[in-house]
Amino acid sequence: MRRDTPKSVADYTPLFFPGLMLIIFFVIPFSTMIVVSFFRRNPSGFYTPDFVIDNYARFLSAFFGGVLGFSLMLAVLVAVCCVAIAFPFTYLLTKRPRHVQTLWLVGLLSVLSLSEVIIGFAWSTLFSRTAGITNLFVAIGLMDKPVALLPTFGAVLTGMVYQALPYTILVLYPALVRLDPTLLEAARTLGASPVRAFFNVVAPALRNTIVATLIMVFVFALGSYLLPQILGRPQHWTLSVLITDQAIYQSNMPFAAAMAVFLVLISLALVGMTLLVGRKENAL
Amino acid sequence: MTATWLRRLYFTVVALFLAAPLIVVAGVSINSRQELTFPPVGFSLAWYAQIFTDPEWRLALIHSVTLAVCSAAIAVAIALPLAWFLWRRIAPWANIFQVLGLAPFILPPVITALGFLSFWATVGLFGQFFTAIISHAIFFVTLPLVTLSLGFASIDRSLVEAAATMGADDRKVLKTVVLPLILPYLVSGYAFAFVLSLNEYIVAYMTIGFTTETLPIKIFNALRYGYTPTMAAVSVFFVAVAALVFGAIARFGDIRRLLGAMSSDGS
Repeated sequence: MRRDTPKSVADYTPLFFPGLMLIIFFVIPFSTMIVVSFFRRNPSGFYTPDFVIDNYARFLSAFFGGVLGFSLMLAVLVAVCCVAIAFPFTYLLTKRPRHVQTLWLVGLLSVLSLSEVIIGFAWSTLFSRTAGITNLFVAIGLMDKPVALLPTFGAVLTGMVYQALPYTILVLYPALVRLDPTLLEAARTLGASPVRAFFNVVAPALRNTIVATLIMVFVFALGSYLLPQILGRPQHWTLSVLITDQAIYQSNMPFAAAMAVFLVLISLALVGMTLLVGRKENAL
Repeated sequence: MTATWLRRLYFTVVALFLAAPLIVVAGVSINSRQELTFPPVGFSLAWYAQIFTDPEWRLALIHSVTLAVCSAAIAVAIALPLAWFLWRRIAPWANIFQVLGLAPFILPPVITALGFLSFWATVGLFGQFFTAIISHAIFFVTLPLVTLSLGFASIDRSLVEAAATMGADDRKVLKTVVLPLILPYLVSGYAFAFVLSLNEYIVAYMTIGFTTETLPIKIFNALRYGYTPTMAAVSVFFVAVAALVFGAIARFGDIRRLLGAMSSDGS
């Protein structure tokens, strides 16, 4: 049975339910959010319909500009750390026997599915004075007494790298597992050591994959909203935290929506870039 | 063999990094005292029992499981006909629905969550439990959509052709050939959506967080009032469920293929 064009209305039936659900519950909510971003905040209620650009103007003020800058910087740092750890790791993993790969993939998926709440709780325990790793250092004589390692920037960064690392490995996995093994064999035959072959052949061949992965992890890290709150100080809060805060605690939906629209634009631009990079790779 | 030795060290460090918080949390969860101490003092499974016996934790557990079971089912119900249509028909514009199915998951979650919050508030249904079920279904529709698309792509079209030549119509081919072939992908798509829904926080919080508590919401709310070993027990419970589900997928299906490895034999 080959693919063919739908001939009658009846042929479109399978699209009805998915189409309706996605339009009603994704397109409309998304549009609602954009519309609300132009509304005026109503202190007594939720918001009043209007057309103002105050929300956007306020967002571009110095304070929120600073938060945006910090969010972007943090996301870049997380993406770079993750790819630097994950790329060689995933490469080596694809060279392991099948059952070893399967075991790792199950473990990675389990960590990936962990709620940000649990990751935050786990790391705040690990960084705490009473139940943290510094107790271990005391036990082996490296430190005099246990200390709290949070709230700090390092704690936020560690937590976010932890959250994004399984994601990074799983994004890199298909590209690396499909890598043409003859490439490497040729390099080895010509006398390159495994490490040299990796840096001179594998890494350049997957340059576009690396760029695409960096961008995807960047967008993923941009979405982190609980870890900066649990592991950091208010100055470590990201745009996602601020959006949640405005929407829920300050009851300022229009402003939250304006910030969210801004975040969408950044994410979309980056996802678009990923697709572009991916397309170039396929063309090669 | 320094290379092998280095690789082992590297794998061990990554494994330790990924496992460290879980080891500490597991240690805390069997602590016999009502406070967070690590290494654990004494041994007790009381905190695990509390998930099921304490009315508040039990209620949160029931909410979470109900939410995950129903939303994953709806996500599959949306993804299956869509993936089937895209495989069966040539209708390029229909790909827009695929993009719509992928978007909620690719964008930062706070955006999808805020979209739902403004939508449900505008139509006046904010806070109802079913709104969270629908929101989660849309948020996680990406997962069954991706696994099912992989499943359809793996079907040998000549097999379907043969059935059609023998006189089977679309419905019969779907029932006797296509569905059995994609069943593993359907099950894993459901499982992915189920596990992630169980752990999801922000969408649930922005739709029902003020009226109903799920486990992640309950943990976060409890975090503000100080730590209890029950939270550690719940965390371990979550990891165990995830590992069990993905372990089962690996046992009965091919997880490497599901995650993008081209062939199922070797690499």
